[in-house]
Amino acid sequence: MLERLLPVASTSAGDIDFVFSLIFWLVGFWLLVAELVFFWLIVRYRRRDGQRAQYITGELKSEKRWITIPHLLVLACDVFIIFFAVRVWYDVKQALPTAPEQQTVRIVAQQWAWTFFHPGPDGQLDTPDDIVKVNELHVEVDKLYHFQLTAKDVLHSFSVPVFRLKQDAIPGRVIVGWFEPTKTGEFDIQCTEICGIGHGLMPARIHIETPEQHASWMAEHGEISVAAVTGR
Amino acid sequence: MAESIPVAPSPARAHDHEHPAEPGFIRKYLLSTDHKVIGLQYMFTGMAMALLGGFLAYVFRMQLAFPGIDVPLFGVVSPNEYNSLITNHGAIMIFWVAMPVLIAAFGNYLIPLMIGADDMAFPRLNRLSYQLFLVSALVLLASFFVEGGAFGGAWTMYPPLSASSEFNQTPLGTTLFICAVALEFVAFLMGGINFVTTTMNSRAPGMRMYDIPMVVWMIVLASILFMASVGPLVAGAVMLLFDHTLGTAFFDPQRGGDPILWQHLFWFFGHPEVYVVLLPAVGIVAEIITVFARKKLFAYKTVLYTAFGTGVLSFTVWAHHQFIAGIDPRMANVFTITTLLISVPIAEMMFVYIATLYGGSIQLATPMLWALAFIAEFLIGGVTGIFLGASGSDIYLHDTYFVLAHFHYTFFPIAIIGSFAAISYWYPKMFGRMLNETLGKIHFWGTVIPFNTIFIPLFVLGAAGEHRRIWDFAQFPELASEPLRNLDKVATVSLVIMLAFQAVFLFNFFWSLRRGQKAGKNPWHANTLEWTTESPPPHGNWKQMPTVYRGPYEYSVPGRDADFWPQNEPA
Repeated sequence: MLERLLPVASTSAGDIDFVFSLIFWLVGFWLLVAELVFFWLIVRYRRRDGQRAQYITGELKSEKRWITIPHLLVLACDVFIIFFAVRVWYDVKQALPTAPEQQTVRIVAQQWAWTFFHPGPDGQLDTPDDIVKVNELHVEVDKLYHFQLTAKDVLHSFSVPVFRLKQDAIPGRVIVGWFEPTKTGEFDIQCTEICGIGHGLMPARIHIETPEQHASWMAEHGEISVAAVTGR
Repeated sequence: MAESIPVAPSPARAHDHEHPAEPGFIRKYLLSTDHKVIGLQYMFTGMAMALLGGFLAYVFRMQLAFPGIDVPLFGVVSPNEYNSLITNHGAIMIFWVAMPVLIAAFGNYLIPLMIGADDMAFPRLNRLSYQLFLVSALVLLASFFVEGGAFGGAWTMYPPLSASSEFNQTPLGTTLFICAVALEFVAFLMGGINFVTTTMNSRAPGMRMYDIPMVVWMIVLASILFMASVGPLVAGAVMLLFDHTLGTAFFDPQRGGDPILWQHLFWFFGHPEVYVVLLPAVGIVAEIITVFARKKLFAYKTVLYTAFGTGVLSFTVWAHHQFIAGIDPRMANVFTITTLLISVPIAEMMFVYIATLYGGSIQLATPMLWALAFIAEFLIGGVTGIFLGASGSDIYLHDTYFVLAHFHYTFFPIAIIGSFAAISYWYPKMFGRMLNETLGKIHFWGTVIPFNTIFIPLFVLGAAGEHRRIWDFAQFPELASEPLRNLDKVATVSLVIMLAFQAVFLFNFFWSLRRGQKAGKNPWHANTLEWTTESPPPHGNWKQMPTVYRGPYEYSVPGRDADFWPQNEPA
């Protein structure tokens, strides 16, 4: 369902959309049934002259059935939903598939900007040729990336809606996660944890590029940042 | 008090001797220890705060729908002001509206009247509770007028933002905000002690545990939940205050503290808090649907035990607010399970209420409309919570407008619909006159229809990725699209309509005080004890204290002419 509202641009986005749709249809159906029964009872048993209400205690087993059966149904649906929710959670947050070092980016959030550290042409972070960009993240499509997320001052949250991915950034801690883009283009990055006056003013963009685009971006900016560091 | 025995209030305690002359205004209204006066004080304070909370919502919704507009009655909204508005809207609606109205106002007003007592167990503690609550409200209001403005770090007050004025830039506003919240907790602790003690010790002779009206049970359970959960947060609030004012480092990661600790303390209270306000509303609905369907409550004991179960479970679900906050990801699995399981007792309560309607003789008077609207709307609020309790989908939906729409679909039925249900039902008892039915119905539809058209668009916006607490979405190309902006406009216009309809309620409320039809003792033909005394009840509540012979929901008992059977009527 969510794909009608925004693009699906990572390998796990579809799984998360599936959990959403599953809950929507399953729970939506029972909600509809409950509301229909509810409104039908209101219409059916509205007050009529000379007709008394029935005296039902609800303590007999035969009467309690009317609530125990629906309640067991709720329980069954819960178990079903838990199964799929936990499975997707495990894939996205608990498991960490390996990624080569050149596909690792560091994300630093601060009041009120994002700084993205891309490994330069040498494929390693923390070297002079790192490509440092403010509010711009460049990745290559169909490659599995690790991100190292941290914050400088207060809590922030790194959110890429088209990936259906979200992770809070905590000062003093580096949180590692992963994503694998599947669609080229330029999309929003949001900060989804209130972080002060400029919380609404720290938008960033993710650029998902084809291998050729990414290589030329790398060539262009790798040189510039090497030049900046070495003073050549 | 050595001779005080459970279930035996002394009927001879004659209050008239204590007050020989008619007390003056100050003694009667400001220093009163009468539970009814204190209840009404809480109610009026809560209503005033609700108007303020609604006004704040109007201002920031206008900014969202029409960014940069000069909002009538306010002016242009800066990002700083926007944060203060949303923060205080949330805090006010929960701590200064839902709690004082649902628990304190109706708890104070109804508990002694429904269990047949002449007053609360500790009347002076009760008065102190209200006075402290009033101080807390004034402290909060003061924070709007200090240098730097009111706190804007969200009602959840996550550090480090809330722990240092270097980050939040509201040095005094933050201090006052934390103090106000802590004072409010202390006020409610006192109220809670009173509710529990009174219900356990001061019941009328003959009122057994299973004869206690459901709303009283629910307020007592809510008080217990509150008292059991608030302790860690009071401690946390003091730590946060020290961090902010003295420079300690409980929550400062740079100096060995942990900001996530606050989130645990906050939500360990914050989630039971949802049930603290839910249970009284559920109790109110039980009273109203039985009276207006002329039906016995379906499976009284089941309702009670599911409420117990909900209460216990509610202590085990808090970290679903923190799935993506950086907690151990394995923990999310545990909290997903407990969170989805809590849907079972809550759903069961709703099923019980729906089952109660079966075979009834339903009269759609205004209080009944509110009570039925509670069930219909709360069901939507409940099921949309499943999307968020399920860790897999919460990764995406966390901190979007989907969350916001979900909890407004729970809190609005609880705090607003529940309060209107209670006010329209007990107004005749409180003031001796009936509210106008036509105006009541206009107000009902004028509130409930716009409520849905505010929050259904917000579900869609949240599903489309719109995130919370953002001053202007123009910065985000994907969210700035025309259809999404139009949904925000629909929500804002609906809010303005809904707020406008509250004028009908206020007019009805004050007009009926003088012009409403005389109510008499028992206008709804209800069973519970509060309807056996005068409207409004005198000081001391009854001239002759009642004795109880049966449960509260004996409606339409076969073989009787009348379709109700008051609890105090001998068989």
